[in-house]
Amino acid sequence: MRTNFKRRTKDELARRVAQDIFDGAIVNLGIGMPTLVANHIPTGREVVLQSENGILGMGPAPAAGEEDYDLINAGKQPVTLLAGAAFFHHADSFAMMRGGHIDICVLGAFQVSTQGDLANWSTGEPGAIPAVGGAMDLATGARQTWVMMDLLTKQGASKIVERCSYPLTGIACVKRVYTDVATFECSAQGLRLIDCVEGIEMTALQAMLGVPFAADPENGPAQGKPR
Amino acid sequence: MINKIATSVADALAETPDGATVLIGGFGTAGIPNELIDGLIAQGARDLTVVNNNAGNGDSGLAALLQTGRVRKIICSFPRQADSHVFDALYRSGKIELELVPQGNLAERLRAAGAGIGAFFTPTGYGTELARHADGSAKETRVIDGRPHVLEYPIRGDLALIKAERGDRWGNLTYRMAARNFGPVMATAALRTVASVHEISELGTMDPEAIVTPGIFVHRIVRIDRQATQAGGFKAA
Repeated sequence: MRTNFKRRTKDELARRVAQDIFDGAIVNLGIGMPTLVANHIPTGREVVLQSENGILGMGPAPAAGEEDYDLINAGKQPVTLLAGAAFFHHADSFAMMRGGHIDICVLGAFQVSTQGDLANWSTGEPGAIPAVGGAMDLATGARQTWVMMDLLTKQGASKIVERCSYPLTGIACVKRVYTDVATFECSAQGLRLIDCVEGIEMTALQAMLGVPFAADPENGPAQGKPR
Repeated sequence: MINKIATSVADALAETPDGATVLIGGFGTAGIPNELIDGLIAQGARDLTVVNNNAGNGDSGLAALLQTGRVRKIICSFPRQADSHVFDALYRSGKIELELVPQGNLAERLRAAGAGIGAFFTPTGYGTELARHADGSAKETRVIDGRPHVLEYPIRGDLALIKAERGDRWGNLTYRMAARNFGPVMATAALRTVASVHEISELGTMDPEAIVTPGIFVHRIVRIDRQATQAGGFKAA
């Protein structure tokens, strides 16, 4: 089994996700790794970022000393505004999500099932204090929900599973999973490979996942290249 | 003459009864009415149910209110934060009840209360642990247009405490940036809404096109010095 492949770094993964965000898209980026996607939107595409606390047209972090703590993102970090930005209250903000007005949301995950079930809010550990925020609203309400995560846990188990063992965030809501090794599409028909990093063999990828997936029947996986 | 301007925070909060459900605005550092929360602590009402997106952080504001032991229950979407140690300790020792609500359900349940809606069906949370009542029984569900939905009920407040930027004696309000968050929707959902503002305008000088919360939803406003504000983190002017 060949293992001489190089995983996508966090920034490479963010760039891979950003390549699929179309010009004019309204996008909500989840807290954590998904926020990196904003740094990699290809030049020439106008993308509007929504922040669930009430901003459309969110810009990058301010320069040191320029922070305004009335102007923060969902992760409670200071941000800036782009030209054309708007503020709104929480019921409007979640109407944008729940009413299907957000084109794409990118979320982190603990587990995704081959059919697109998502578990990303609770590990269900006894004694843990649960917190959900807007994850269920986004996962269920956005027109497309994409997950961005490492394929394997620190212990080496696949986070793409036949059936989530962690508490669910939403059922059959994830359309795509972008990982450090490969990109997949989830559907009622199961998992389909979109692309993978250069140098990884299908048998090796299959062994990492432990769940079946279909490769593009006509062209095979576009190794090393975004679709 | 209509004059909703309170002379002090104590005056604005004097009628708060024990057992009240208190809606408290704010998200992160923005829009937390810390002075009003301090006023509620001083006023002394107990056995409260508090509704906020979070469950307090650090030791001031909402965390200080929780620390008094006068909050029986908190309804929120995201209690766990790096510095939510006051809530964490109360929760772990069973001294506070938590109703965890998806953030959009929180906003929409408040909106429903303000708009006189009896209940609503939403796909959010379907098939998850949060589609259950506190006793573990399943919430009512219905398939609408082929999609399963969960029945959710309004959250009505006896009192809403919100932070705005500017107001007039009719109670018209504008907000500042992302500090708007829950303010407008909570204002509609409570029997009595108290707003802190940094500036009070002469009636007629706020642009009617720009008023975010019309005064009908506001019962008292209190002016708080901007310098005294902990939550806003304003840059020096």
